[in-house]
Amino acid sequence: MAKYAAPGQPDSVVTFRDRYDHFIGGEYVPPAKGQYFANPTPVTGEDFTEIARGTAEDVERALDAAHGAARAWGKTSVAERANVLNKIADRMEANLEKLAIAETWDNGKAVRETLAADLPLAIDHFRYFAGVIRAQEGGISQIDEDLVAYHFQEPLGVVGQIIPWNFPLLMATWKLAPALAAGNAVVLKPAEQTPASIHVFMELIADLLPPGVLNVVNGFGVEAGKPLASSRRVAKVAFTGETTTGRLIMQYASENIIPVTLELGGKSPNVFFNDVAAQRDAFYDKALEGFTMFALNQGEVCTCPSRALVQSEIYDQFMTDAVERTRAIKQGHPLDTETMIGAQASNDQLEKILSYIDIGKQEGARVLTGGERADLGGELSGGYYVTPTVFEGDNKMRIFQEEIFGPVVSVARFNDYDDAMKTANDTLYGLGAGVWSRDGSVAYRAGRDIQAGRVWVNNYHAYPAHAAFGGYKQSGIGRENHRMMLDHYQQTKNLLVSYSQNAQGFF
Amino acid sequence: MPRVALTPEAADVLRGLRADHGDLMFHQSGGCCDGSAPMCYPLGEFRTGASDVHLGDLAVDSFVVPVWMSASQFEYWSHTHLTIDVVPGRGSGFSLEAPLGVRFLVRSRLLQDGEL
Repeated sequence: MAKYAAPGQPDSVVTFRDRYDHFIGGEYVPPAKGQYFANPTPVTGEDFTEIARGTAEDVERALDAAHGAARAWGKTSVAERANVLNKIADRMEANLEKLAIAETWDNGKAVRETLAADLPLAIDHFRYFAGVIRAQEGGISQIDEDLVAYHFQEPLGVVGQIIPWNFPLLMATWKLAPALAAGNAVVLKPAEQTPASIHVFMELIADLLPPGVLNVVNGFGVEAGKPLASSRRVAKVAFTGETTTGRLIMQYASENIIPVTLELGGKSPNVFFNDVAAQRDAFYDKALEGFTMFALNQGEVCTCPSRALVQSEIYDQFMTDAVERTRAIKQGHPLDTETMIGAQASNDQLEKILSYIDIGKQEGARVLTGGERADLGGELSGGYYVTPTVFEGDNKMRIFQEEIFGPVVSVARFNDYDDAMKTANDTLYGLGAGVWSRDGSVAYRAGRDIQAGRVWVNNYHAYPAHAAFGGYKQSGIGRENHRMMLDHYQQTKNLLVSYSQNAQGFF
Repeated sequence: MPRVALTPEAADVLRGLRADHGDLMFHQSGGCCDGSAPMCYPLGEFRTGASDVHLGDLAVDSFVVPVWMSASQFEYWSHTHLTIDVVPGRGSGFSLEAPLGVRFLVRSRLLQDGEL
């Protein structure tokens, strides 16, 4: 067991500055209106730094810088850009603990996750896009003997990216790596709930990128996000968040006739067929862990397996074991490496989760474990902690239909395969799903029948680069985490070339 | 029967927002980070359409704030009454109240037989 010193303590591996400005054109620039907002850590609820409160003027300045840099950056060789991405990855790897502690302090998540998942995944993601951009090829279509169509990929130019607060560095990386690899300049707005860790990252990697290629404007959605998303000077907007803002961003994009990629959440079913419990072996243990994955990242994951569907014959025993496994989740100080679940990212997130626990009880769902705010005592009393909660109920209840974004799973039983698929697909969303079975054909069929962009079969919550991630239905548009994301950051240029010496014959 | 209501604290926030931004509207959002929350915009900023349901109008003094939700979401919410409240918080998409350090929040109760 180890517990990292909190930022601000003399022996901490990371020290935040007292204040962060915007990063524009390769340097830190104070906000035009001179305003800042305080940033608390969810671990204790105490403020630890203040952040520039960006406005339209700051966004314009960042867009100026990005447009100044985009042309030259877009003309660099893919080898050059890949080298930069690899160097960013190397720099992150050499500072992994520092970034992990910064992320935990900013977001509240347990450090065992930032050390073992968030940062290693982000590092690998930069390397993946360094690799795929080198391997990308255009196309040649020979139309006839003398007419050839050449297809080139060209960068879009300047793109806007709005980052969520649940995995601040990893989600920034999912958007930055393909955009930069494809040769775009970026104006990025971090979430106002988690605006600090990105600056620890920027300070580490700023010298690796030409000024203006990557600009960070902090601030609130309405004051900084909206001017960015509605700007006529961006060629594309990438957003991860919720459905109403997603629609609003599409409306702005429709005014400017630009593409968007959106990742808008889910209500992911995690389906356990009878044969999961055929033996009490390693696989059964793995399946129980798979159930408990609803508590990963405090449930603040768009693909949180927040609906568990368990087949009738094994329901009672499986749920007894699953509840026991849930109760074994260690809740504690997020900087303690033994801690499995940390703090919710903000007070309003905590309040929202509690309001859903309330409506769940009103609707008649039964609390099998948890169901309350956790007071961890001492300095953590001011933090935002919820006990992992298992509800038993019916798929029509609101806790089965709405994304709570907390460590709350709603469980229902099903009778047969068709019943499972009907319930699994009875949702507005289609981002993730889990299927657990020892029978490969059942698992395969279920995986194909569930309307979701990512179906984990006999595992859950793995996010390797090279596996496409994105939503069906109202969960969004686009596929991140894969080479195909390059397409969302590139134009196709067709050069149609005639090698004939003769007139076409029309005039 | 009214499906939506407002707490006095939320009404106070709306008074201030209206003074700064003019007429207002709510659209209840669905999933993900800042989601499952009522988003407050200048009236008309968010374009509602045939895929939305008008849940009702919140009267505050002499002005009203319409509340909308997507029709597909309404299918799952229609049995509940919503009260828009406000809590200390940070960030909520492009919702107007976020810079004030507060966040609108929906509190729900089941509609009774007579209300349905």
